[in-house]
Amino acid sequence: MEILVCVKRVPDTAENEFELNSEGNDLDRDDLVYSVNEWDNYAVEEAIQIVDRVGGSVTVATVGDEESEEILRREMAMGANNGVLLSDDAFEGSDGKGVAAILKSEIDSGNYDLIMTGAQADEGAAQVGGMLAAMLDVPYASLVNKIEVVDDKKLKVGREIEGGNQEMSEIELPCVLSIQTGINEPRYVGIRGIRKVAKLEIPVKGASDLGLDEGSVGNAGAKVKRVDYFVPDLGEGAEMLEGSTDEIIEQLIEKLKAKGGL
Amino acid sequence: MAEIYAYIPHSSGVADDTALEFPVAAGKIEPGASVTAIVTGSGADLDKVAESLTSAYKEVIKIDNEALAYPNAEIIRKVLCNIVPKGAIFLAANDTFGMDLAPGLSIKLDAAFAADVVDFEGIDGGSTLKLVRQELGGAVSTHVTCDISSGAVITIRPGVFAPAEEAEKAAGGSVTDKSGEAGDLSVKRRFLEIVEAEAGDVDITKSDVLVSVGRGIEGEENIEIAEELAEAMNAVVSCSRPIVDAKWLEKSRQVGTSGQTVKPKVYMAMGISGSFQHLGGLKGNPFIVAVNKNPKAPIFQVADVGIVEDILEFMPELTEKIKEL
Ligand SMILES: Cc1cc2nc3c(=O)[nH]c(=O)nc-3n(C[C@H](O)[C@H](O)[C@H](O)COP(=O)(O)OP(=O)(O)OC[C@H]3O[C@@H](n4cnc5c(N)ncnc54)[C@H](O)[C@@H]3O)c2cc1C
Repeated sequence: MEILVCVKRVPDTAENEFELNSEGNDLDRDDLVYSVNEWDNYAVEEAIQIVDRVGGSVTVATVGDEESEEILRREMAMGANNGVLLSDDAFEGSDGKGVAAILKSEIDSGNYDLIMTGAQADEGAAQVGGMLAAMLDVPYASLVNKIEVVDDKKLKVGREIEGGNQEMSEIELPCVLSIQTGINEPRYVGIRGIRKVAKLEIPVKGASDLGLDEGSVGNAGAKVKRVDYFVPDLGEGAEMLEGSTDEIIEQLIEKLKAKGGL
Repeated sequence: MAEIYAYIPHSSGVADDTALEFPVAAGKIEPGASVTAIVTGSGADLDKVAESLTSAYKEVIKIDNEALAYPNAEIIRKVLCNIVPKGAIFLAANDTFGMDLAPGLSIKLDAAFAADVVDFEGIDGGSTLKLVRQELGGAVSTHVTCDISSGAVITIRPGVFAPAEEAEKAAGGSVTDKSGEAGDLSVKRRFLEIVEAEAGDVDITKSDVLVSVGRGIEGEENIEIAEELAEAMNAVVSCSRPIVDAKWLEKSRQVGTSGQTVKPKVYMAMGISGSFQHLGGLKGNPFIVAVNKNPKAPIFQVADVGIVEDILEFMPELTEKIKEL
Protein backbone atom coordinates (compact mmCIF):
# COMPACT_ATOMS: atom_id res chain seq x y z
CA MET A 1 0.00 0.00 0.00
CA GLU A 2 1.36 3.42 -0.97
CA ILE A 3 0.53 5.84 1.85
CA LEU A 4 0.99 9.59 2.08
CA VAL A 5 0.66 11.25 5.49
CA CYS A 6 0.19 15.01 5.75
CA VAL A 7 1.97 16.47 8.78
CA LYS A 8 2.39 19.93 10.28
CA ARG A 9 4.88 21.76 12.50
CA VAL A 10 2.95 23.53 15.27
CA PRO A 11 3.62 25.42 18.51
CA ASP A 12 3.63 22.80 21.26
CA THR A 13 0.69 23.53 23.59
CA ALA A 14 2.25 21.48 26.39
CA GLU A 15 5.56 23.39 26.28
CA ASN A 16 4.50 27.00 25.81
CA GLU A 17 2.75 29.77 27.69
CA PHE A 18 1.29 31.79 24.85
CA GLU A 19 1.77 35.56 24.96
CA LEU A 20 0.76 38.21 22.47
CA ASN A 21 3.45 40.38 20.82
CA SER A 22 3.82 44.06 21.73
CA GLU A 23 1.35 45.16 19.01
CA GLY A 24 -1.12 42.65 20.42
CA ASN A 25 -2.01 41.20 17.00
CA ASP A 26 0.15 38.08 16.79
CA LEU A 27 1.67 35.54 19.11
CA ASP A 28 5.05 36.40 20.51
CA ARG A 29 6.87 33.76 18.49
CA ASP A 30 10.43 34.45 19.62
CA ASP A 31 10.74 31.68 22.17
CA LEU A 32 8.04 29.29 21.06
CA VAL A 33 8.81 25.59 21.15
CA TYR A 34 7.55 23.79 18.05
CA SER A 35 6.90 20.12 17.47
CA VAL A 36 4.93 17.76 15.25
CA ASN A 37 1.16 18.16 15.59
CA GLU A 38 0.13 15.54 18.18
CA TRP A 39 -2.47 13.90 15.91
CA ASP A 40 0.04 13.50 13.06
CA ASN A 41 2.31 11.20 15.07
CA TYR A 42 -0.60 8.78 15.43
CA ALA A 43 -1.22 8.96 11.67
CA VAL A 44 2.41 8.26 10.81
CA GLU A 45 2.60 5.39 13.32
CA GLU A 46 -0.55 3.85 11.84
CA ALA A 47 0.83 4.18 8.30
CA ILE A 48 4.07 2.47 9.32
CA GLN A 49 2.16 -0.36 11.00
CA ILE A 50 -0.02 -0.89 7.92
CA VAL A 51 3.03 -1.04 5.67
CA ASP A 52 4.69 -3.47 8.09
CA ARG A 53 1.67 -5.76 7.66
CA VAL A 54 0.90 -5.48 3.95
CA GLY A 55 3.97 -3.91 2.36
CA GLY A 56 4.34 -0.62 0.52
CA SER A 57 5.80 2.70 1.57
CA VAL A 58 5.07 5.74 3.69
CA THR A 59 5.68 9.28 2.46
CA VAL A 60 5.32 12.28 4.78
CA ALA A 61 4.48 15.66 3.27
CA THR A 62 4.17 19.08 4.82
CA VAL A 63 3.33 22.58 3.67
CA GLY A 64 5.59 24.97 5.54
CA ASP A 65 8.75 26.99 5.67
CA GLU A 66 12.28 25.57 5.70
CA GLU A 67 12.11 24.93 9.44
CA SER A 68 9.38 22.38 8.79
CA GLU A 69 12.03 20.06 7.40
CA GLU A 70 12.88 19.04 10.96
CA ILE A 71 9.49 17.46 11.52
CA LEU A 72 9.70 15.51 8.26
CA ARG A 73 13.02 14.15 9.45
CA ARG A 74 11.52 13.23 12.79
CA GLU A 75 8.72 11.27 11.11
CA MET A 76 11.30 9.60 8.86
CA ALA A 77 13.19 8.59 11.97
CA MET A 78 9.95 6.92 13.12
CA GLY A 79 10.04 4.88 9.92
CA ALA A 80 8.48 6.90 7.09
CA ASN A 81 10.38 6.10 3.87
CA ASN A 82 10.20 9.45 2.09
CA GLY A 83 9.59 13.08 2.91
CA VAL A 84 8.65 16.06 0.79
CA LEU A 85 8.58 19.72 1.81
CA LEU A 86 6.09 21.90 -0.05
CA SER A 87 7.44 25.37 0.40
CA ASP A 88 7.11 28.67 -1.44
CA ASP A 89 6.66 32.29 -0.41
CA ALA A 90 3.47 32.18 -2.46
CA PHE A 91 2.01 29.62 -0.04
CA GLU A 92 2.11 32.01 2.89
CA GLY A 93 -1.30 32.98 4.27
CA SER A 94 -3.06 30.00 2.70
CA ASP A 95 -6.38 29.10 4.27
CA GLY A 96 -7.42 25.47 4.71
CA LYS A 97 -8.49 25.23 1.11
CA GLY A 98 -5.16 26.61 -0.06
CA VAL A 99 -3.24 24.06 2.00
CA ALA A 100 -5.44 21.26 0.69
CA ALA A 101 -4.90 22.45 -2.90
CA ILE A 102 -1.11 22.42 -2.44
CA LEU A 103 -1.20 18.91 -0.97
CA LYS A 104 -3.52 17.75 -3.73
CA SER A 105 -1.09 18.71 -6.45
CA GLU A 106 1.65 16.72 -4.70
CA ILE A 107 -0.68 13.73 -4.30
CA ASP A 108 -1.63 13.92 -8.00
CA SER A 109 2.03 13.51 -8.92
CA GLY A 110 2.22 10.18 -7.05
CA ASN A 111 0.18 7.02 -7.03
CA TYR A 112 -1.22 6.75 -3.51
CA ASP A 113 -3.78 4.27 -2.21
CA LEU A 114 -4.28 5.95 1.12
CA ILE A 115 -3.91 9.53 2.33
CA MET A 116 -3.88 10.29 6.04
CA THR A 117 -3.92 13.47 8.06
CA GLY A 118 -4.17 14.17 11.77
CA ALA A 119 -7.77 14.77 12.90
CA GLN A 120 -6.87 18.40 13.60
CA ALA A 121 -3.88 20.66 14.20
CA ASP A 122 -3.05 23.90 16.01
CA GLU A 123 -5.91 25.88 14.49
CA GLY A 124 -8.45 23.30 15.65
CA ALA A 125 -10.21 23.45 12.28
CA ALA A 126 -10.06 19.75 11.36
CA GLN A 127 -10.43 20.77 7.73
CA VAL A 128 -7.60 19.68 5.45
CA GLY A 129 -8.43 15.95 5.26
CA GLY A 130 -12.07 16.42 4.32
CA MET A 131 -11.18 19.10 1.78
CA LEU A 132 -8.50 16.93 0.20
CA ALA A 133 -10.92 14.03 -0.18
CA ALA A 134 -13.49 16.27 -1.85
CA MET A 135 -10.87 17.74 -4.20
CA LEU A 136 -9.57 14.26 -5.09
CA ASP A 137 -13.16 13.00 -5.35
CA VAL A 138 -12.43 10.00 -3.09
CA PRO A 139 -14.26 8.86 0.06
CA TYR A 140 -13.37 10.32 3.46
CA ALA A 141 -13.64 9.27 7.08
CA SER A 142 -12.69 11.58 9.96
CA LEU A 143 -11.62 10.81 13.54
CA VAL A 144 -10.53 7.30 12.63
CA ASN A 145 -9.45 5.17 15.59
CA LYS A 146 -9.23 1.76 13.93
CA ILE A 147 -8.07 0.55 10.51
CA GLU A 148 -8.24 -2.99 9.17
CA VAL A 149 -7.02 -3.72 5.66
CA VAL A 150 -9.69 -5.97 4.10
CA ASP A 151 -8.02 -6.34 0.68
CA ASP A 152 -6.33 -4.07 -1.84
CA LYS A 153 -9.67 -2.45 -2.67
CA LYS A 154 -11.10 -1.62 0.72
CA LEU A 155 -10.57 -0.97 4.43
CA LYS A 156 -12.72 -1.44 7.47
CA VAL A 157 -12.45 1.69 9.63
CA GLY A 158 -13.76 2.82 13.01
CA ARG A 159 -14.61 6.47 13.66
CA GLU A 160 -14.70 7.75 17.19
CA ILE A 161 -18.04 9.46 17.78
CA GLU A 162 -19.67 11.09 20.83
CA GLY A 163 -19.38 9.27 24.13
CA GLY A 164 -16.42 7.24 22.90
CA ASN A 165 -18.66 4.99 20.79
CA GLN A 166 -17.22 3.70 17.56
CA GLU A 167 -18.86 3.90 14.14
CA MET A 168 -17.65 1.06 11.91
CA SER A 169 -17.70 1.45 8.13
CA GLU A 170 -16.27 -0.08 5.02
CA ILE A 171 -14.45 2.37 2.78
CA GLU A 172 -13.09 1.92 -0.72
CA LEU A 173 -9.52 2.76 -1.70
CA PRO A 174 -8.14 5.20 -2.57
CA CYS A 175 -9.47 7.28 0.31
CA VAL A 176 -8.53 9.96 2.82
CA LEU A 177 -8.65 9.29 6.57
CA SER A 178 -8.12 11.74 9.42
CA ILE A 179 -6.62 10.01 12.42
CA GLN A 180 -7.70 10.45 16.04
CA THR A 181 -5.30 10.15 18.98
CA GLY A 182 -5.30 6.85 20.84
CA ILE A 183 -5.50 4.67 17.69
CA ASN A 184 -2.02 3.32 18.55
CA GLU A 185 0.99 4.16 20.67
CA PRO A 186 3.37 6.23 18.53
CA ARG A 187 6.94 4.98 18.83
CA TYR A 188 9.55 7.04 20.60
CA VAL A 189 12.17 8.81 18.52
CA GLY A 190 15.53 9.52 20.11
CA ILE A 191 18.42 11.69 19.03
CA ARG A 192 20.11 8.65 17.53
CA GLY A 193 17.12 7.89 15.34
CA ILE A 194 17.13 11.45 14.03
CA ARG A 195 20.88 11.24 13.35
CA LYS A 196 20.38 8.16 11.22
CA VAL A 197 18.12 10.04 8.82
CA ALA A 198 20.05 13.33 8.97
CA LYS A 199 21.58 12.89 5.54
CA LEU A 200 18.53 11.63 3.66
CA GLU A 201 17.50 13.86 0.78
CA ILE A 202 14.21 15.71 1.30
CA PRO A 203 13.00 17.34 -1.92
CA VAL A 204 11.54 20.85 -1.71
CA LYS A 205 8.79 21.76 -4.15
CA GLY A 206 7.34 25.20 -4.85
CA ALA A 207 4.31 26.47 -6.75
CA SER A 208 5.84 26.06 -10.21
CA ASP A 209 7.13 22.52 -9.45
CA LEU A 210 3.60 21.59 -8.46
CA GLY A 211 2.01 23.34 -11.42
CA LEU A 212 0.04 25.63 -9.11
CA ASP A 213 -1.25 29.02 -10.12
CA GLU A 214 0.15 31.38 -7.47
CA GLY A 215 -3.08 33.34 -7.27
CA SER A 216 -5.05 30.25 -6.23
CA VAL A 217 -3.09 29.65 -3.03
CA GLY A 218 -1.52 31.73 -0.28
CA ASN A 219 -2.95 35.00 0.89
CA ALA A 220 -4.08 35.82 -2.67
CA GLY A 221 -6.35 32.80 -2.88
CA ALA A 222 -7.57 32.76 0.71
CA LYS A 223 -11.23 33.44 1.44
CA VAL A 224 -10.69 32.95 5.14
CA LYS A 225 -8.13 35.18 6.85
CA ARG A 226 -6.97 35.59 10.41
CA VAL A 227 -7.02 39.27 11.34
CA ASP A 228 -5.39 39.07 14.76
CA TYR A 229 -4.95 37.08 17.94
CA PHE A 230 -6.43 38.20 21.21
CA VAL A 231 -7.10 36.97 24.71
CA PRO A 232 -10.82 37.18 25.36
CA ASP A 233 -12.12 39.00 28.37
CA LEU A 234 -14.39 36.37 29.84
CA GLY A 235 -15.57 38.28 32.87
CA GLU A 236 -14.34 37.35 36.28
CA GLY A 237 -12.92 33.90 35.80
CA ALA A 238 -11.71 31.92 38.78
CA GLU A 239 -11.06 33.33 42.23
CA MET A 240 -7.30 32.84 42.44
CA LEU A 241 -6.09 31.61 45.81
CA GLU A 242 -2.81 33.19 46.84
CA GLY A 243 -0.25 32.97 49.61
CA SER A 244 2.01 30.17 50.78
CA THR A 245 1.03 26.62 49.84
CA ASP A 246 -0.16 26.07 53.43
CA GLU A 247 -2.34 29.17 53.30
CA ILE A 248 -3.76 28.17 49.93
CA ILE A 249 -4.59 24.70 51.22
CA GLU A 250 -6.29 26.14 54.28
CA GLN A 251 -8.52 28.36 52.11
CA LEU A 252 -9.22 25.54 49.71
CA ILE A 253 -10.26 23.13 52.46
CA GLU A 254 -12.77 25.68 53.79
CA LYS A 255 -14.26 26.08 50.31
CA LEU A 256 -14.37 22.35 49.68
CA LYS A 257 -16.18 21.83 52.99
CA ALA A 258 -18.74 24.48 52.03
CA LYS A 259 -19.34 22.97 48.60
CA GLY A 260 -19.63 19.35 49.68
CA GLY A 261 -16.18 18.30 48.50
CA LEU A 262 -15.13 17.16 51.96
CA MET B 1 -30.30 39.42 3.51
CA ALA B 2 -28.10 36.38 3.87
CA GLU B 3 -29.72 33.09 2.99
CA ILE B 4 -28.94 30.69 5.82
CA TYR B 5 -29.46 26.93 6.10
CA ALA B 6 -28.73 24.64 9.03
CA TYR B 7 -28.38 20.87 9.15
CA ILE B 8 -30.14 19.49 12.24
CA PRO B 9 -28.68 16.33 13.78
CA HIS B 10 -31.18 14.08 15.51
CA SER B 11 -31.58 10.63 16.92
CA SER B 12 -34.61 8.51 17.80
CA GLY B 13 -36.96 11.25 16.65
CA VAL B 14 -35.47 13.97 18.84
CA ALA B 15 -33.52 16.96 17.49
CA ASP B 16 -30.08 17.69 18.94
CA ASP B 17 -29.74 20.65 21.36
CA THR B 18 -27.94 22.57 18.62
CA ALA B 19 -31.29 22.89 16.80
CA LEU B 20 -32.05 25.87 19.06
CA GLU B 21 -28.55 27.29 18.66
CA PHE B 22 -28.48 27.83 14.88
CA PRO B 23 -31.16 30.57 14.95
CA VAL B 24 -29.14 32.38 17.64
CA ALA B 25 -25.98 32.06 15.53
CA ALA B 26 -27.84 33.26 12.44
CA GLY B 27 -29.03 36.34 14.32
CA LYS B 28 -25.41 37.18 15.07
CA ILE B 29 -24.41 36.70 11.45
CA GLU B 30 -27.09 39.16 10.40
CA PRO B 31 -29.79 40.52 12.70
CA GLY B 32 -33.17 39.38 11.51
CA ALA B 33 -31.81 36.72 9.19
CA SER B 34 -33.95 33.63 9.13
CA VAL B 35 -32.69 30.09 8.93
CA THR B 36 -34.08 27.14 7.04
CA ALA B 37 -33.66 23.81 8.82
CA ILE B 38 -32.64 20.73 6.84
CA VAL B 39 -33.27 17.26 8.26
CA THR B 40 -32.49 13.97 6.63
CA GLY B 41 -33.48 10.50 7.73
CA SER B 42 -36.23 8.02 7.17
CA GLY B 43 -39.74 7.15 8.28
CA ALA B 44 -41.65 8.12 11.41
CA ASP B 45 -38.61 9.36 13.35
CA LEU B 46 -37.83 11.87 10.63
CA ASP B 47 -41.44 13.09 10.46
CA LYS B 48 -41.43 13.59 14.21
CA VAL B 49 -38.21 15.65 14.18
CA ALA B 50 -39.30 17.71 11.19
CA GLU B 51 -42.60 18.52 12.87
CA SER B 52 -40.91 19.45 16.17
CA LEU B 53 -38.63 21.89 14.33
CA THR B 54 -41.53 23.99 13.02
CA SER B 55 -41.76 25.68 16.43
CA ALA B 56 -38.26 27.15 16.04
CA TYR B 57 -37.98 27.41 12.23
CA LYS B 58 -40.32 28.96 9.67
CA GLU B 59 -39.09 26.60 6.99
CA VAL B 60 -38.06 23.00 7.47
CA ILE B 61 -36.82 20.90 4.57
CA LYS B 62 -36.97 17.16 5.01
CA ILE B 63 -35.34 14.51 2.88
CA ASP B 64 -36.66 11.04 3.47
CA ASN B 65 -34.86 8.00 2.14
CA GLU B 66 -34.03 4.60 3.57
CA ALA B 67 -30.40 5.16 2.65
CA LEU B 68 -30.43 8.11 5.09
CA ALA B 69 -31.65 6.12 8.10
CA TYR B 70 -28.15 6.26 9.54
CA PRO B 71 -26.46 9.69 9.20
CA ASN B 72 -23.56 8.77 6.91
CA ALA B 73 -21.85 12.10 6.18
CA GLU B 74 -20.68 10.85 2.79
CA ILE B 75 -24.28 10.41 1.62
CA ILE B 76 -25.64 13.52 3.31
CA ARG B 77 -22.92 15.64 1.68
CA LYS B 78 -24.14 14.52 -1.74
CA VAL B 79 -27.74 15.30 -0.83
CA LEU B 80 -26.85 18.76 0.47
CA CYS B 81 -25.09 19.63 -2.79
CA ASN B 82 -28.51 19.33 -4.43
CA ILE B 83 -30.44 21.14 -1.70
CA VAL B 84 -28.30 24.07 -0.51
CA PRO B 85 -28.42 26.87 -3.10
CA LYS B 86 -25.18 28.34 -4.43
CA GLY B 87 -24.07 31.35 -2.44
CA ALA B 88 -25.96 30.43 0.74
CA ILE B 89 -24.49 30.20 4.23
CA PHE B 90 -24.71 26.64 5.54
CA LEU B 91 -24.38 25.90 9.26
CA ALA B 92 -23.59 22.63 10.99
CA ALA B 93 -22.47 21.73 14.51
CA ASN B 94 -18.77 21.20 15.20
CA ASP B 95 -19.41 17.68 16.49
CA THR B 96 -18.08 14.40 15.13
CA PHE B 97 -20.71 14.41 12.38
CA GLY B 98 -20.09 18.03 11.39
CA MET B 99 -16.34 17.43 11.28
CA ASP B 100 -16.98 14.53 8.89
CA LEU B 101 -19.39 16.44 6.68
CA ALA B 102 -18.48 20.09 6.47
CA PRO B 103 -14.93 20.59 5.09
CA GLY B 104 -15.65 18.47 2.02
CA LEU B 105 -19.03 20.12 1.54
CA SER B 106 -17.34 23.53 1.30
CA ILE B 107 -15.24 22.25 -1.58
CA LYS B 108 -18.21 20.71 -3.39
CA LEU B 109 -20.22 23.94 -2.99
CA ASP B 110 -17.18 26.06 -3.86
CA ALA B 111 -17.84 28.01 -0.66
CA ALA B 112 -15.57 29.41 2.05
CA PHE B 113 -15.11 27.28 5.18
CA ALA B 114 -14.85 28.30 8.81
CA ALA B 115 -14.74 25.69 11.57
CA ASP B 116 -15.67 25.71 15.23
CA VAL B 117 -16.85 29.32 15.33
CA VAL B 118 -17.55 30.70 18.81
CA ASP B 119 -18.91 34.13 17.85
CA PHE B 120 -20.03 36.20 14.87
CA GLU B 121 -19.63 39.96 14.53
CA GLY B 122 -21.80 40.68 11.50
CA ILE B 123 -21.25 41.16 7.77
CA ASP B 124 -19.17 44.05 6.38
CA GLY B 125 -19.79 45.44 2.92
CA GLY B 126 -22.19 42.66 2.00
CA SER B 127 -19.62 39.91 1.66
CA THR B 128 -17.15 39.89 4.56
CA LEU B 129 -18.39 37.89 7.49
CA LYS B 130 -16.49 38.64 10.71
CA LEU B 131 -16.19 35.81 13.17
CA VAL B 132 -14.28 34.59 16.20
CA ARG B 133 -12.47 31.26 16.60
CA GLN B 134 -10.00 29.79 19.04
CA GLU B 135 -6.62 28.21 18.37
CA LEU B 136 -4.06 26.22 20.31
CA GLY B 137 -6.54 24.35 22.44
CA GLY B 138 -8.32 27.52 23.53
CA ALA B 139 -5.17 29.32 24.69
CA VAL B 140 -5.81 32.20 22.26
CA SER B 141 -8.73 33.58 20.28
CA THR B 142 -8.63 35.04 16.78
CA HIS B 143 -10.73 37.44 14.74
CA VAL B 144 -11.25 35.99 11.28
CA THR B 145 -12.73 37.38 8.08
CA CYS B 146 -14.58 35.08 5.74
CA ASP B 147 -15.43 36.06 2.16
CA ILE B 148 -18.99 34.81 1.70
CA SER B 149 -19.50 36.13 -1.84
CA SER B 150 -19.79 32.57 -3.12
CA GLY B 151 -21.32 31.19 0.05
CA ALA B 152 -19.88 29.66 3.19
CA VAL B 153 -19.95 26.43 5.13
CA ILE B 154 -19.56 27.11 8.84
CA THR B 155 -19.50 24.84 11.86
CA ILE B 156 -20.42 26.32 15.22
CA ARG B 157 -19.16 25.14 18.60
CA PRO B 158 -22.00 23.30 20.36
CA GLY B 159 -23.32 25.11 23.42
CA VAL B 160 -21.94 28.61 22.86
CA PHE B 161 -25.01 29.87 20.97
CA ALA B 162 -27.51 28.38 23.40
CA PRO B 163 -30.57 30.64 23.69
CA ALA B 164 -30.61 32.60 26.95
CA GLU B 165 -34.30 31.96 27.52
CA GLU B 166 -36.36 29.02 26.43
CA ALA B 167 -36.65 30.01 22.75
CA GLU B 168 -39.93 31.57 21.67
CA LYS B 169 -41.82 28.59 20.35
CA ALA B 170 -43.93 30.41 17.81
CA ALA B 171 -42.22 30.23 14.46
CA GLY B 172 -45.29 28.41 13.19
CA GLY B 173 -43.23 26.94 10.40
CA SER B 174 -44.01 24.33 7.82
CA VAL B 175 -42.29 21.26 6.47
CA THR B 176 -41.38 20.94 2.79
CA ASP B 177 -40.63 17.47 1.51
CA LYS B 178 -37.71 17.59 -0.92
CA SER B 179 -37.01 13.87 -0.93
CA GLY B 180 -37.38 13.90 -4.70
CA GLU B 181 -34.43 16.29 -5.09
CA ALA B 182 -31.92 14.21 -3.11
CA GLY B 183 -30.22 12.89 -6.25
CA ASP B 184 -27.80 9.99 -6.51
CA LEU B 185 -27.12 8.50 -3.05
CA SER B 186 -24.44 5.97 -3.96
CA VAL B 187 -21.20 6.34 -1.97
CA LYS B 188 -17.94 4.50 -1.39
CA ARG B 189 -18.21 4.38 2.40
CA ARG B 190 -20.83 2.09 3.86
CA PHE B 191 -21.96 2.18 7.47
CA LEU B 192 -21.72 -1.21 9.22
CA GLU B 193 -22.47 -0.85 12.94
CA ILE B 194 -21.93 1.09 16.16
CA VAL B 195 -19.62 -0.48 18.70
CA GLU B 196 -20.54 0.92 22.13
CA ALA B 197 -17.81 2.11 24.50
CA GLU B 198 -16.86 -0.49 27.11
CA ALA B 199 -17.92 0.02 30.70
CA GLY B 200 -15.00 0.21 33.10
CA ASP B 201 -14.25 -0.86 36.66
CA VAL B 202 -15.67 2.32 38.18
CA ASP B 203 -18.53 4.52 37.06
CA ILE B 204 -17.22 8.09 37.31
CA THR B 205 -20.71 9.45 36.56
CA LYS B 206 -21.89 8.22 39.98
CA SER B 207 -19.40 10.19 42.06
CA ASP B 208 -20.18 13.59 43.64
CA VAL B 209 -16.51 14.49 43.79
CA LEU B 210 -14.00 13.87 41.00
CA VAL B 211 -10.24 14.31 41.18
CA SER B 212 -9.49 14.68 37.49
CA VAL B 213 -5.96 14.56 36.11
CA GLY B 214 -4.65 15.87 32.82
CA ARG B 215 -1.37 15.84 30.96
CA GLY B 216 0.14 17.81 33.85
CA ILE B 217 0.42 14.53 35.78
CA GLU B 218 3.43 13.90 33.53
CA GLY B 219 3.86 10.16 34.04
CA GLU B 220 2.02 6.96 34.78
CA GLU B 221 3.87 6.56 38.07
CA ASN B 222 2.26 9.79 39.32
CA ILE B 223 -1.33 8.59 38.91
CA GLU B 224 -1.13 7.20 42.42
CA ILE B 225 -0.68 10.74 43.80
CA ALA B 226 -4.15 11.52 42.45
CA GLU B 227 -5.53 8.24 43.77
CA GLU B 228 -4.30 9.09 47.25
CA LEU B 229 -5.96 12.51 47.12
CA ALA B 230 -9.17 10.94 45.82
CA GLU B 231 -9.13 8.41 48.62
CA ALA B 232 -8.69 11.13 51.24
CA MET B 233 -11.60 13.07 49.71
CA ASN B 234 -13.78 10.02 49.30
CA ALA B 235 -13.74 10.82 45.60
CA VAL B 236 -13.03 9.00 42.34
CA VAL B 237 -10.21 9.65 39.86
CA SER B 238 -11.20 10.75 36.36
CA CYS B 239 -9.03 12.23 33.62
CA SER B 240 -8.63 14.07 30.33
CA ARG B 241 -8.11 12.34 27.01
CA PRO B 242 -4.28 12.29 26.76
CA ILE B 243 -4.17 10.15 29.92
CA VAL B 244 -6.36 7.54 28.22
CA ASP B 245 -4.43 7.80 24.94
CA ALA B 246 -1.28 7.02 26.91
CA LYS B 247 -3.11 4.05 28.51
CA TRP B 248 -2.42 5.26 32.05
CA LEU B 249 -6.13 5.04 32.89
CA GLU B 250 -9.12 3.28 31.35
CA LYS B 251 -11.25 4.96 28.70
CA SER B 252 -14.24 4.82 31.07
CA ARG B 253 -12.48 7.41 33.27
CA GLN B 254 -12.27 10.02 30.52
CA VAL B 255 -14.38 13.16 30.89
CA GLY B 256 -15.39 14.93 27.67
CA THR B 257 -17.31 14.83 24.43
CA SER B 258 -15.63 11.60 23.37
CA GLY B 259 -15.74 10.21 26.90
CA GLN B 260 -18.17 10.44 29.80
CA THR B 261 -20.60 13.20 30.67
CA VAL B 262 -20.41 13.80 34.41
CA LYS B 263 -22.41 15.96 36.83
CA PRO B 264 -20.40 16.02 40.06
CA LYS B 265 -20.83 18.57 42.86
CA VAL B 266 -17.11 19.24 42.98
CA TYR B 267 -14.60 18.84 40.12
CA MET B 268 -10.89 19.05 40.86
CA ALA B 269 -9.12 19.77 37.52
CA MET B 270 -5.49 18.88 38.13
CA GLY B 271 -3.10 19.81 35.30
CA ILE B 272 -5.93 20.08 32.76
CA SER B 273 -5.79 22.99 30.29
CA GLY B 274 -9.56 23.24 29.75
CA SER B 275 -10.20 22.40 26.10
CA PHE B 276 -13.83 22.65 24.97
CA GLN B 277 -13.95 18.92 24.25
CA HIS B 278 -12.98 18.23 27.85
CA LEU B 279 -15.38 20.79 29.33
CA GLY B 280 -18.14 19.47 27.06
CA GLY B 281 -18.37 16.46 29.36
CA LEU B 282 -18.79 18.54 32.50
CA LYS B 283 -22.44 19.32 33.19
CA GLY B 284 -24.65 20.48 36.05
CA ASN B 285 -22.55 23.53 37.00
CA PRO B 286 -20.16 21.87 39.47
CA PHE B 287 -17.80 23.77 41.77
CA ILE B 288 -14.57 23.64 39.77
CA VAL B 289 -11.17 23.84 41.44
CA ALA B 290 -8.33 24.19 38.92
CA VAL B 291 -4.69 23.66 39.79
CA ASN B 292 -2.31 24.46 36.97
CA LYS B 293 1.24 25.74 36.84
CA ASN B 294 0.41 28.03 33.91
CA PRO B 295 -1.43 31.15 35.20
CA LYS B 296 -2.82 31.69 31.67
CA ALA B 297 -4.35 28.22 31.31
CA PRO B 298 -7.87 28.55 29.80
CA ILE B 299 -9.29 26.38 32.61
CA PHE B 300 -8.99 29.41 34.94
CA GLN B 301 -11.64 31.19 32.86
CA VAL B 302 -14.26 28.60 33.76
CA ALA B 303 -13.11 27.44 37.20
CA ASP B 304 -14.58 28.78 40.45
CA VAL B 305 -11.28 28.58 42.30
CA GLY B 306 -7.85 28.71 40.71
CA ILE B 307 -4.49 27.78 42.15
CA VAL B 308 -1.17 28.28 40.35
CA GLU B 309 0.96 25.41 41.62
CA ASP B 310 2.74 22.28 40.46
CA ILE B 311 0.20 19.50 40.99
CA LEU B 312 2.92 16.96 41.71
CA GLU B 313 3.85 18.94 44.81
CA PHE B 314 0.46 20.38 45.63
CA MET B 315 -1.64 17.21 45.60
CA PRO B 316 0.43 15.28 48.19
CA GLU B 317 0.40 18.27 50.55
CA LEU B 318 -3.35 18.67 50.16
CA THR B 319 -3.80 14.95 50.81
CA GLU B 320 -1.79 15.19 54.04
CA LYS B 321 -3.78 18.19 55.30
CA ILE B 322 -7.10 16.53 54.54
CA LYS B 323 -6.03 13.38 56.35
CA GLU B 324 -5.25 15.49 59.43
CA LEU B 325 -8.80 16.87 59.58
C1 LIG C 1 -12.91 15.07 18.32
C2 LIG C 1 -12.15 15.27 19.57
C3 LIG C 1 -12.66 14.80 20.76
C4 LIG C 1 -11.98 14.99 21.95
N1 LIG C 1 -12.54 14.52 23.10
C5 LIG C 1 -11.94 14.77 24.29
C6 LIG C 1 -12.54 14.33 25.52
O1 LIG C 1 -13.60 13.68 25.54
N2 LIG C 1 -11.91 14.64 26.67
C7 LIG C 1 -10.73 15.34 26.72
O2 LIG C 1 -10.22 15.58 27.80
N3 LIG C 1 -10.13 15.74 25.56
C8 LIG C 1 -10.71 15.46 24.36
N4 LIG C 1 -10.09 15.87 23.21
C9 LIG C 1 -8.72 16.42 23.28
C10 LIG C 1 -8.69 17.89 23.64
O3 LIG C 1 -8.78 18.66 22.45
C11 LIG C 1 -7.38 18.25 24.35
O4 LIG C 1 -6.30 17.87 23.54
C12 LIG C 1 -7.25 17.58 25.72
O5 LIG C 1 -8.43 17.78 26.48
C13 LIG C 1 -6.08 18.15 26.48
O6 LIG C 1 -5.92 17.46 27.70
P1 LIG C 1 -5.12 18.12 28.91
O7 LIG C 1 -5.82 19.36 29.34
O8 LIG C 1 -4.91 17.07 29.92
O9 LIG C 1 -3.70 18.42 28.27
P2 LIG C 1 -3.00 19.78 27.87
O10 LIG C 1 -3.88 20.61 27.02
O11 LIG C 1 -1.66 19.43 27.39
O12 LIG C 1 -2.90 20.54 29.26
C14 LIG C 1 -2.06 20.15 30.30
C15 LIG C 1 -2.11 21.25 31.34
O13 LIG C 1 -1.34 20.85 32.46
C16 LIG C 1 -0.58 21.93 32.93
N5 LIG C 1 0.56 21.34 33.62
C17 LIG C 1 1.60 20.67 33.12
N6 LIG C 1 2.40 20.20 34.07
C18 LIG C 1 1.85 20.59 35.24
C19 LIG C 1 2.20 20.43 36.63
N7 LIG C 1 3.30 19.73 37.00
N8 LIG C 1 1.41 20.99 37.56
C20 LIG C 1 0.31 21.71 37.21
N9 LIG C 1 -0.08 21.88 35.95
C21 LIG C 1 0.68 21.33 34.96
C22 LIG C 1 -0.24 22.73 31.70
O14 LIG C 1 0.01 24.09 32.03
C23 LIG C 1 -1.51 22.56 30.86
O15 LIG C 1 -2.44 23.60 31.11
C24 LIG C 1 -10.75 15.67 21.98
C25 LIG C 1 -10.21 16.14 20.78
C26 LIG C 1 -10.89 15.94 19.58
C27 LIG C 1 -10.31 16.46 18.32
